[in-house]
Amino acid sequence: MEQKPRSEKQAKGSEELKAGSEKQEAGNELSSCSPPPGKARTGVFVCHCGSNIAGLLDCEALAEYAAALPNVVYAKDNLYTCSASGIAQIQAAIREHGLTRVVVASCSPRTHMPLFKSACAEAGLNQYLFEMANIRDQCSWVHVQERDAARQKAMDLIRMAVAKAALLEPLEDIESSLVRKAMVLGAGVAGLSAASALADMGVEVLLVERETELGGLVRRLNRIGPSNEPAAEVLAMLLREVESASHVRLFPGTDLVGVSGVVGNYEISLKSKGGEETEETVGAIIVATGAVPFIPEGLFGFDGRKVITQIDLEERLRNGSPLEVKNIVMIQCVGARGPGRSYCSRICCLTAVKNALLIKSRDPNARVHILYRDIQMYGAENEKLLRDSRGAGVKFDIFDPAFPPVVKEGSVEFYQPLTGMTIETECDLAVLSTPLVAPEGSAATANLMRLPVDGNNFFMEAHAKLRPLDFATDGIFLAGTARFPATVREAVAQGLGAASRANTMLSKDRLVFSALVSYVTDRCDGCGLCLDVCPYHAITMEEFERDGRVFKKVRTDPILCKGCGVCEATCPKRGVLVHGFTPSQIRAQVDALLEALP
Amino acid sequence: MDVGRHPKIRLLAYSEVEGVEGEMGNFRIRVRKKARYVDENKCTGCGSCAEKCPTVVCDAYNVGLAKRKAIYKYFAQGIPSVYTIDAAHCRNFETGKKCGLCSRICQAGAIDYQQEDRIVELDVGAIILATGYELFDARKVPEYGYGRLPNVVTSLEFERFLSASGPTGGHVYKPSDLAVSEVLATLEKQMRTSSREIERFEKTFEMSSERFIEKFNSGELTGGHYDEWAGQYRSFLPLKEKFKRTKERAESLKTAHRLAFIQCVGSRDSRFNGHCSAFCCMHSIKEAVIAREHDPESEVHIFGMDIRAVGKNFEEYRNRAEGEAGIKFIRSRVAEVTENDSHNPVIWYEDTKARQVRSMEVDMAILAVACEPGPSARRLSELLGVPLNEFGFYATLTVPPLDTFRPGVFACGCAHGPMDIPESVAQASSAAARAASALMGARSKEQGAGSGEQDAESRKQVAGSEDHGAKAKKREAGKGE
Ligand SMILES: Cc1cc2nc3c(=O)[nH]c(=O)nc-3n(C[C@H](O)[C@H](O)[C@H](O)COP(=O)(O)OP(=O)(O)OC[C@H]3O[C@@H](n4cnc5c(N)ncnc54)[C@H](O)[C@@H]3O)c2cc1C
Ligand SMILES: Cc1cc2nc3c(=O)[nH]c(=O)nc-3n(C[C@H](O)[C@H](O)[C@H](O)COP(=O)(O)OP(=O)(O)OC[C@H]3O[C@@H](n4cnc5c(N)ncnc54)[C@H](O)[C@@H]3O)c2cc1C
Ligand code: SF4
Ligand code: SF4
Ligand code: SF4
Repeated sequence: MEQKPRSEKQAKGSEELKAGSEKQEAGNELSSCSPPPGKARTGVFVCHCGSNIAGLLDCEALAEYAAALPNVVYAKDNLYTCSASGIAQIQAAIREHGLTRVVVASCSPRTHMPLFKSACAEAGLNQYLFEMANIRDQCSWVHVQERDAARQKAMDLIRMAVAKAALLEPLEDIESSLVRKAMVLGAGVAGLSAASALADMGVEVLLVERETELGGLVRRLNRIGPSNEPAAEVLAMLLREVESASHVRLFPGTDLVGVSGVVGNYEISLKSKGGEETEETVGAIIVATGAVPFIPEGLFGFDGRKVITQIDLEERLRNGSPLEVKNIVMIQCVGARGPGRSYCSRICCLTAVKNALLIKSRDPNARVHILYRDIQMYGAENEKLLRDSRGAGVKFDIFDPAFPPVVKEGSVEFYQPLTGMTIETECDLAVLSTPLVAPEGSAATANLMRLPVDGNNFFMEAHAKLRPLDFATDGIFLAGTARFPATVREAVAQGLGAASRANTMLSKDRLVFSALVSYVTDRCDGCGLCLDVCPYHAITMEEFERDGRVFKKVRTDPILCKGCGVCEATCPKRGVLVHGFTPSQIRAQVDALLEALP
Repeated sequence: MDVGRHPKIRLLAYSEVEGVEGEMGNFRIRVRKKARYVDENKCTGCGSCAEKCPTVVCDAYNVGLAKRKAIYKYFAQGIPSVYTIDAAHCRNFETGKKCGLCSRICQAGAIDYQQEDRIVELDVGAIILATGYELFDARKVPEYGYGRLPNVVTSLEFERFLSASGPTGGHVYKPSDLAVSEVLATLEKQMRTSSREIERFEKTFEMSSERFIEKFNSGELTGGHYDEWAGQYRSFLPLKEKFKRTKERAESLKTAHRLAFIQCVGSRDSRFNGHCSAFCCMHSIKEAVIAREHDPESEVHIFGMDIRAVGKNFEEYRNRAEGEAGIKFIRSRVAEVTENDSHNPVIWYEDTKARQVRSMEVDMAILAVACEPGPSARRLSELLGVPLNEFGFYATLTVPPLDTFRPGVFACGCAHGPMDIPESVAQASSAAARAASALMGARSKEQGAGSGEQDAESRKQVAGSEDHGAKAKKREAGKGE
């Protein structure tokens, strides 16, 4: 009894909606941004996927149901639509029944859309006239317990896909040329490795370094832990490779001052310290701008003489001059893992342990004491270094950040949780282990290329786990401590990896992009609302003159655009739309869905 | 997924390398393609066969917590999406019984019981070792009781517990409780058989068993079928009682509520692996956070010496785990795990803050087991002439960091040392770059003096690492004793 009035209301509601949409449809036609539905000849293929779908749903019945839908002239169920015979059936049906739209109701478009699209193209049907309904992942797999509801949902999904298919437009993939050149920004170990790897793969490289000397932070190091090779040797090897490679052009003492363009064709402007300007077009960019050690002004009595940082210590050890101190205390996490800078810098425990051991091996009588919170010697070689240092007599004590050590004249005082006592240990040199931080100006560099940075100004990769060396922006890659603190080996590996990522794209003859991107209609009046919402910065404002008056209108870049649809959802005037997701197409789907409501 | 579809990638799954000849730029590899008894080109991965296969086997992917069939796919999203017959369990192979069900079911005609191992020869320019790691066998640490105490599990087992598609549907049941459910099921079956028998007697003699037993006890009814009935009924009563008790217990069971994660199991321990496994601190925190999400009332402790949260956003994650998710970190190397009467693990540890030996009763203890080089590393190392380092992983240079000591052979990921997924993924690209360089042959030709030096240098290091290799061998031998 209660059911009835409610369903009446709903029916009325959907009628209103329909009426409204018809009105809008008319408006749409006027604007000529979407063709009228016309008379599509649609073929529907319902896949059993073995028992994956047919185990729950009656695919034959679904095909029968589809056959009765508007515009459908052919419908068939098959065991495996993606098998060779399934594909042949689609192609035969296109030819024999003159299909102008194909709908496959099966699995996920993510895995199978490309296959079906190319099958259509082979049979002479524009690949964008294909539509898919996912009745497996979104239906038979997830509604195992509700067979009836699942059947209803499968019908809904098929009806929606058929309704949308009728409004699909033929489109062509977007193709663009590319320049087989890359710019590597930053010539630390990461940038050097990336440059030589790219050169090896036959890519012309512009290696741009802000400083007049190449090598980055490793230039200032003594030895590279945990294997403790001399830093100068490792660097010399990398430099030799870059300098001997014929495809690498070096730009020391040079800043990047401008970037425009898109993947495959980035126009870059460089400016050297001497004022020399260079303009170039490159296909890809690798960002390897590194990091710098934090300078602990005002912390633990830092004075650069008796209280120094690890990088200062590296420089003293590198000179080879005797340290002339007997009691060394190292304090970890200075400026790290606390308020303001919460991350752990990954490399400073290694640095401390390495240097402690080096001091001990130079002068076994020296006393080295490391005060730490967690000793981060992750992995195989690092942990061994830790064991070796304990064996060599380096002393370790934990401190609680709530009660940090106090550096005094000639001693350091700290609370030892193990004994519950406050201990004073002699100290003639305090060494503060400070984290790597993003270099000054890294936000500006990021801005130039419109790349995202995190709260610590480290560059942000496309996906933390699965795409650690890519940016979300196509054609720009990331390596080394510009991403996050890393050891030399890790930074080098990332440099090689980024080169490989870049080359995957650069080795193509031309770039092909999906046509499902945004386009601007006559209705755009240049209000500019969409400019800021586009996450890919694909929209720009243009001015033009007509009849002596100045008009504004936006323009979208089909290569930068990823078809996310945020602009379409933002524009109140339907001035910018996305192919494949136009209001009329989406409305057709919604209407088709609402039809089923009682 | 992408790998499976890539036109330039030829996937040889279920295969092993048997021999390698040649040198960088020109390797010839012999690969044994093990018989699947299923034609990869025909199988569509539909799974009809597994649905009908009558042979049930313990599932290694779900670490023995679930069942699979004798024809199976290692896991649902595996690539290639092809089924394999486990000849060790399939009725056709195992018992020689004629089953052949799957071959009749398969509409693609992919089943081929006659299939044999095949040798495939490959000509390649470079080799990348991405053979990963194996998990430490926690049974080797007697004091933690793994294998002996039912509610002590490994991190990998716990991952399967947490997975919504796992054997427990994402619920963290105590294994001892899961055992109860199994006992219950067996009892129920026995009861059913037994009560069917009894019913038969009751029907035949038109008398309830209670009445009958009275009469039987008084000697009124004896002999033949009556004896049988009496025997049946007498064994039924205790069964019923036991079933009732077990059922009560099963119904009162709750999911594991108090969890203890024990870090560095088999890592940082000179008895087993001196090394740190690099990823277990983070995966324990992750598992702890997910367990709290599933059950916000749960109490979760992580026992570790150092918490090595050294990756991007890791320390922040750790802090959120502590601050927001309420996970408690205790700095301690756990000394021992015992259990109490209700099979609850008891963790014995030194509270370094309070300077006291303490114990904590929990519902489940999870062991963060070490990342170890697999046994195949040694075999492949000998086959390829690529030395191992002192930890048993493939030895690689400092720079370039993925080059093994044999030119043209590269290693990435856990094959050359413990590391997490982001690091492994980045390295995969790096190895690809090195391999591409090797294929281009660029380095060897372009570089004169420089590369000569490098070669001499690496040869020096090879010598050193062969020494390591020998050491590792000794260590291995020592383990065996
Ligand atoms: C005290 C200390 C000790 C260390 N000890 C060790 C150790 O023992 N073992 C180990 O493995 N690692 C150690 N490290 C870490 C090591 O320094 C880094 O792994 C390494 O420097 C990272 O290299 P990179 O190329 O990523 O960055 P960097 O070395 O920082 O190089 C980045 C380069 O980019 C340039 N640059 C920056 N911005 C721009 C721009 N906008 N345009 C152009 N160029 C730009 C910089 O000038 C620099 O040359 C230590 C670090 C410190 C601080
Ligand atoms: C319980 C647990 C949870 C984890 N959680 C996380 C997490 O949340 N995040 C994270 O970043 N990391 C996590 N890790 C770490 C992660 O598992 C590793 O970083 C990652 O698997 C390393 O990848 P890999 O490719 O180097 O090795 P593997 O994943 O081990 O892959 C190696 C492959 O090589 C194959 N193989 C081995 N030998 C041969 C041979 N001779 N011939 C042919 N093939 C061979 C193996 O069968 C295997 O398929 C976790 C680890 C564990 C144990
Ligand atoms: S098209 Fe998709 S649903 Fe159909 S058989 Fe292939 S995988 Fe299964
Ligand atoms: S690596 Fe060590 S010193 Fe550096 S921030 Fe992390 S815990 Fe502190
Ligand atoms: S990562 Fe953590 S748990 Fe794993 S071995 Fe290292 S310190 Fe121990």
